[in-house]
Amino acid sequence: MATTSTTLKGAGPIAGSRSFFAKMRDGDEIARLITFLFAGTVVLITVALVWDLWVNSALPRKVFGFHFFVTSVWDPIMDQYGALPFIYGTLVTSAVALLIAVPLGIGAAIFLAELAPARVSDILQFFIDLLAAVPSVIYGLLGVFIVVPMMRTVIFPALNKPLGFLPIFAGPSYGVGFMTAGIVLAIMVIPYIISVSREVLLSVPRDQREAALALGSTRWESTWKVVVPFAKTGIMGSIFLALARALGETMAVTMVIGNTPKVAASLFAPGYSIAAVIANEFTEATGELYLQSLIALGLVLFLLTFILNGMARLLIVLTTQKGSEVGG
Amino acid sequence: MKRLAVLALGILALCAIVVADNPLLINGAGATFPYPIYSKWFDVYHTNNSNIQFNYQSVGSGAGIKQVTEGTVDFGATDGPMNDDQLKAYQDKHGSGILHFPTVLGAAVPTYNVQGVTSLNFTPEALAGIFLGKVTKWNDPAIAGANKGVNLPAADIVVVHRSDGSGTTYIWTDYLSKVSDEWKGKVSKGTSVNWPVGLGGKGNEGVTGLVKQTPNAIGYVELIYAVQNNIPYGAVKNSSGTFVKADLASVTAAASGAAKEMPDDFRVSITNAPGKTAYPISSFTWLLIPQKFQDTGKRDAIKGFLKWMLADGQNSVEALSYAKLPKEVVEKEKKAINNIQ
Repeated sequence: MATTSTTLKGAGPIAGSRSFFAKMRDGDEIARLITFLFAGTVVLITVALVWDLWVNSALPRKVFGFHFFVTSVWDPIMDQYGALPFIYGTLVTSAVALLIAVPLGIGAAIFLAELAPARVSDILQFFIDLLAAVPSVIYGLLGVFIVVPMMRTVIFPALNKPLGFLPIFAGPSYGVGFMTAGIVLAIMVIPYIISVSREVLLSVPRDQREAALALGSTRWESTWKVVVPFAKTGIMGSIFLALARALGETMAVTMVIGNTPKVAASLFAPGYSIAAVIANEFTEATGELYLQSLIALGLVLFLLTFILNGMARLLIVLTTQKGSEVGG
Repeated sequence: MKRLAVLALGILALCAIVVADNPLLINGAGATFPYPIYSKWFDVYHTNNSNIQFNYQSVGSGAGIKQVTEGTVDFGATDGPMNDDQLKAYQDKHGSGILHFPTVLGAAVPTYNVQGVTSLNFTPEALAGIFLGKVTKWNDPAIAGANKGVNLPAADIVVVHRSDGSGTTYIWTDYLSKVSDEWKGKVSKGTSVNWPVGLGGKGNEGVTGLVKQTPNAIGYVELIYAVQNNIPYGAVKNSSGTFVKADLASVTAAASGAAKEMPDDFRVSITNAPGKTAYPISSFTWLLIPQKFQDTGKRDAIKGFLKWMLADGQNSVEALSYAKLPKEVVEKEKKAINNIQ
């Protein structure tokens, strides 16, 4: 960013002295204008989206106010709507997904970028890209036919027997629930983390590694203490991409989460997520308050993504300033 | 270059044909449950009357009611009749009413997964108890009482319901509201309700998948879906005390049982209908036709279609596993077509 603005400033006085039409003939100005318009549409779309969600969710704001966020009753017949179970479900499933996907994804990326022979790395990368392109309904089916039965017969007994005294591992398990959704989401987002992280790790300059090795560090020390910190921002970026995908995932989640709007401590309990309830109930939402409450949920999801993204960026800024120069 | 020119000419010619043979387009939207039969009807009708083309989007009953009220489509379709508020909203906006025309019948059936059990009878009390979360074990007297000789386990019942808003849920909850005062007070009826217990599955396939995979589960699916996919389902005790397993004949029987008291606007629930052979969890599905049309061409086309649907159209419904309308209802509807102006 910094370099771009200095070049532009440098070119400023010279360019300014020529007529507007001369500049247009160059093509530079045209390119600038057009690409600026393209970039501007991103902002425009975001603003339009928020505006639309805001305007169309006025009714629940008026009727429920802040209570919308803290009540758990979702009753279309009595026209009572509370977003808490959906917010809870969205956050819990995404957290479980990241807890599983981040170590696995980054570990795999380090192996592919630093340790594996280039050919193996390229071949595996091909498979990872394939995984990233699989539609989410396929992952949902994978969840329904493999993860759900496994959850009931293998994972639940294995965790419940030794750890069942903890509320988060309490029973019973129906196979569907927060944990199942989290696992399916983890499988879905791992390819993103691996793919982006590997790319970032590969782009770390060779002299960084050589310098570390020259100072007497082992191969692993150079990877873990020099290369990974250097690529930290990019790796964080891959995690946010994964988080965004996990928060908004609809189809795969609704197939395995159990679709029960309840706040439960146990990870094996069935729950619900924001995206899933919107997809499930939007078509048949007849009442105005009902429809607007669903739209309000959409706004909540947008805000959630926004806040989490903001927090993550803040985290990067803070940790980078504290550390050495390598973060840049 | 030459090829390109030929292609362009071809496209132009095609456009010309389309413009020349421009059929009257009539747009509708609504219920997903009758979509297979509607699309077949509209297709056959267009083949017979090439100047009329119906375009139907199965966006859901709720969206159908909304769109026809807003006037973005020419007609709507719904699995649950419009309520008085919705009728008033339509009247206020358009200055005239909207008419309900029953087209075919559907039913919801209880499906279950209990090891070693192949046939089950359900009383209304048992179904309401299970879905209220009060009957929690399979060997509860409420279930066992109607199933003498069946070896029911002492296992916990896992309830499965639809998670998406649906006409099937409307029929199911409408029935439970009629047979259980507690259900009526606590939950009531609708395309989506606040379920006291249970897991949600998306669509008939989602419910079926959960029931099949979860030992000791019970759920409900559309009759057509159960028949076409060979899903076992239980019999339900009707209002005359007989256990009836749903099929096309017993669903039509429920409609003729209710036909005698059919109101003039056809907005009637036929769950728990009288009649010895009637299946109690049945329902009509309706087309929503505006009473007044600005465009007389569209009006005549829709009237023509309704007449055909009630005559020839009804003959093709059973091939797609829908139950057809009883004669009494067909006669009454034929008269009602004249109310469209």
